[in-house]
Amino acid sequence: MIRAIGWVLRRDLLLAFRRRGDVVNALVFFVIVVSLFPLGVGAEANQLRNMAPGVLWVAALLACMLSLARLFAPDHQDGTLEQMLLAGEPLVVLVMGKVISHWLMSGLPLVLIAPLLGLQFDLPGDALGVLCVSLLIGTPVLSLIGAVGAALTLGVRGSGVLVALLVLPLFVPVLIFGAGSVGATAAGTGAEAHLLLLGGFLALALVLAPWASAAALRIAME
Amino acid sequence: MNWGSWQNFLAMGGYGLYVWGSYAVTLVVLVAEIVALVTRRRGVIERLAKYYAARRRNDETEA
Amino acid sequence: MSKSGRFSWYYFSSPQSFYPLAGALQPWFAALAAVLCAVGLYIGFFVAPTDAQQGESYRIIFIHVPAAWMSMFLYLVMGFWSGVGLVLNTRLSSMVATALAPTGALFTFIALWTGALWGKPTWGTWWVWDARLTSELILLFLYIGFMALQAAIDDQRRADKAGAVLALVGVINIPIIYFSVQWWSTLHQGASVSMKSAPTMAATMLLGMLVMALGFWMYSIAATLARVRCVILERERHTDWVAAEIGGQT
Repeated sequence: MIRAIGWVLRRDLLLAFRRRGDVVNALVFFVIVVSLFPLGVGAEANQLRNMAPGVLWVAALLACMLSLARLFAPDHQDGTLEQMLLAGEPLVVLVMGKVISHWLMSGLPLVLIAPLLGLQFDLPGDALGVLCVSLLIGTPVLSLIGAVGAALTLGVRGSGVLVALLVLPLFVPVLIFGAGSVGATAAGTGAEAHLLLLGGFLALALVLAPWASAAALRIAME
Repeated sequence: MNWGSWQNFLAMGGYGLYVWGSYAVTLVVLVAEIVALVTRRRGVIERLAKYYAARRRNDETEA
Repeated sequence: MSKSGRFSWYYFSSPQSFYPLAGALQPWFAALAAVLCAVGLYIGFFVAPTDAQQGESYRIIFIHVPAAWMSMFLYLVMGFWSGVGLVLNTRLSSMVATALAPTGALFTFIALWTGALWGKPTWGTWWVWDARLTSELILLFLYIGFMALQAAIDDQRRADKAGAVLALVGVINIPIIYFSVQWWSTLHQGASVSMKSAPTMAATMLLGMLVMALGFWMYSIAATLARVRCVILERERHTDWVAAEIGGQT
């Protein structure tokens, strides 16, 4: 089972490495979107500090959502997905591998670059730390839920916007508690409850999402 | 509940805009749904009648 | 009838047998809905007294709460039937789920709209991003997503099953809406009606609310039956019985 996940990871990372542009594009999108807000709202420091958790988290949601198009569709087009369905390994395991590779390429870079962007918004040090932790716990949840949406809309016309419509409402609780954790830290009330809830979402998503994605993939491919 | 007069009933103790705004929109939405259903049914029957007629013509010309 | 000649409910699980049943039942449910709503509105406006704190603005409750209950209930029913269709591969179950969605979405909209108009005089604001309102808004998006997904997929079986997966994934939102007022301290008031304890509102207000809820429920059934008849005609158009049915109509 670990070998199967390892195979999926290695293949996906290799393919992504060959098209580095795609991965970098998503990251650049994140940076640009985050930079738009101070330009649009005005650079008043207090306002930016209050806005920062929400802005960074919404940008993370959008960046994750945009990269969902690369999750299953390329494999579907070149026939690899069909082979995955026929393979001896349980589809759930292979889906889990794909979600991990998606997170490594879209979620983890956000976690790493978020402190820099948080500094742009003049977030204090402890808030920056909580921001990273919340993104670290939350972005895998986004990848997991996003996989369900990507699987449901595989090969459907207009799937780009449709995925957004399906997946963004499900992202909302993660957004609320992720941004809320940073806001609570900045306000001094402590982020424990928020982060624990995020962890709960992660546990729930880890159990349910691969299974739902696998079911959706089978439905899409039959 | 004795309202005393039509004016009192419509004014709803000063909240007339909110109360009647709610009830009016609800009525509009539900009536619109009913109308949409009736229209949909008529449209389906019309379209299917044309479809069957075309299919019949096709069968006749083929036979 | 089943082979042994004994009556079986499974008889109605085929679109062909359900179609006339739905047509026969629909007017009764529509009539029930009209009567119950009329009685409920009478109680709401002419029997229930003025509220001590909120004055007359509370009368929105006779629409707001029943609509909110319907929005959650219809989603659960929709999830149930689309799940049955997913697992048992029954076409009619999926058709009923598809037929439920628009009515559910409309009641969700009504709940949100009337809630906003009730919130303004009571809390001073049209909207607040607390747990209950936010999750009810998410419910609206879930309904719309369900309908959009089914509309986007051309293959009918795939559309039904994909919708079912989506509906079932979204079911988790319903307990969040319902219990949100207990789990978080929110602006929205807590539960006044519960199974465990006596209601905290006047008896006539409660009665009006319950009668309206029943009325909305009957309306939902009538609307869904009417819609599923259209869905059946559209999807089964290749069959002889639909051809005969249309021939009889035109």
